[in-house]
Amino acid sequence: MKKTIITVVGKDTVGIIARVCTYLAENNINILDISQTIVQGYFNMMMVVDTNEAYKQFGDMADELEALGQQIGVVIKCQKEEIFDQMHRI
Amino acid sequence: MINFFEVNETNQMIEKENLDVRTITLGISLLDCIDSDPARLNQKIYAKIYDAAKDLVKTGEEISHEFGIPIVNKRISVTPIALVGGAACHTAEDFASVAETLDRVAKEVGVNFIGGYSALVSKGMTAADELLIRSIPLALSSTERVCSSVNLGSTRTGINMDAVKLMGEVIRQTAEYTKEDDSLGCAKLVVFCNAPDDNPFMAGAFHGVTEADKVINVGVSGPGVVKTALEKVRGENFEVLCETIKKTAFKVTRVGQLVAQEASKLLKVPFGIVDLSLAPTPAIGDSVADILCEIGLEYAGAPGTTAALALLNDQVKKGGVMASSYVGGLSGAFIPVSEDQGMIDAVSAGALTLEKLEAMTCVCSVGLDMIAIPGDTRATTISGIIADEMAIGMVNQKTTAVRIIPVIGKGVGETVEFGGLLGYAPIMPVNPFSCDAFVNRGGRIPAPIHSFKN
Repeated sequence: MKKTIITVVGKDTVGIIARVCTYLAENNINILDISQTIVQGYFNMMMVVDTNEAYKQFGDMADELEALGQQIGVVIKCQKEEIFDQMHRI
Repeated sequence: MINFFEVNETNQMIEKENLDVRTITLGISLLDCIDSDPARLNQKIYAKIYDAAKDLVKTGEEISHEFGIPIVNKRISVTPIALVGGAACHTAEDFASVAETLDRVAKEVGVNFIGGYSALVSKGMTAADELLIRSIPLALSSTERVCSSVNLGSTRTGINMDAVKLMGEVIRQTAEYTKEDDSLGCAKLVVFCNAPDDNPFMAGAFHGVTEADKVINVGVSGPGVVKTALEKVRGENFEVLCETIKKTAFKVTRVGQLVAQEASKLLKVPFGIVDLSLAPTPAIGDSVADILCEIGLEYAGAPGTTAALALLNDQVKKGGVMASSYVGGLSGAFIPVSEDQGMIDAVSAGALTLEKLEAMTCVCSVGLDMIAIPGDTRATTISGIIADEMAIGMVNQKTTAVRIIPVIGKGVGETVEFGGLLGYAPIMPVNPFSCDAFVNRGGRIPAPIHSFKN
């Protein structure tokens, strides 16, 4: 399964998770895991998602999520899981 | 599964500590382009490079996007042109026309440098080698993205002092030809002892004759990541210090390995090597000199610098070797002056001299790199500096190099601005005493003995 890590960092506001999840649902992307904290008013979320059945190409999805982040006022990054796996697992 | 902490650590390295993949370099053999007619030779070279590299930049950007890791440069290295052009080129202008072809195709496919305008003359020069070397000033002044390198010696063959003498003159001439741009041509020209065939870094990249038709080599970098990791172990002993560098180098290199494999898969070109390097840039926080300071020196160049650099270089290799299936190229810490803000500061403060830099090159990757010297430095003095550096490489069985820029019209106390990744540099004083009689002897320095090591 091709997994993608989505990270969302920025000032906390109402509806961040809702808007990100709506986007993912609309594009047929399944959420496998979510962890989220708030540190000193800063929203910090990591999602592990399955993009195998996604309607869109990875590059387009990453660009659209980044744009969505700008609308909400947070930074959304979308990266394939391998970079983290490679770095932190032998 | 990957956890929150690990994801944050990786992204922190990328966003705050300048972790990047410095270069994906596509090596292309031009041996099958050899022709006796210069026009046909140029045509074949253009066609082969264009065909092999047309998707290189796009693929690099795709990989960068997928993993969220910047890939700063996409570059090409080719077979040394002295070998490829020998049959067709009978004048310096013929060789320079090949340089123009390389420049043209580099611009067309969008790479920022193309390396391999090179000659390998560690023992002797063929007529073609000498002609290519003599054409370097013309080639580098009439092109923008072509990089040139010459291998002048090796541990097995000794040092070709005729070529060392010639290169002193060629470097001066290249400086003269490009004096309008602060002698920028010399920043694209490097001489080596024990030049590696698979180096992905410019200006010294070329595609060795023992390599496959095409190959992907990747250079990683992360001085900022190492520096930040060391900030957390201030005051700890050397064991802790070394372990920290090693672990960090492992993580940095893993990213390079991933990118190399991915590029190899997408471009359908075999993966060659990962070059384990700490390559600085002029950006704040991307400095090898700052790591030396973090290890405990007031400035790079202070007593202890050579030892600090030796341990840094060794730990980077120890960590990196396990992270990659194939390691090669130059692999180690780079200490260019103009491309490293900490080095520039050390020179400006009077802490770092040419002689100390020479000592540092004994224990780290490459050599005297991106050093600006006064424009009135004599050709024989430059040859003397080169000979010293080649001797270090020859005796210590390592790669050493000299990329030195005599800035025409400028002297000690002035600075020179190269722009972009090449940075800026204060002009350093050179020992004023003559070595004319030494350099003018001619001939070769024999290969060193390989036993009785002391």
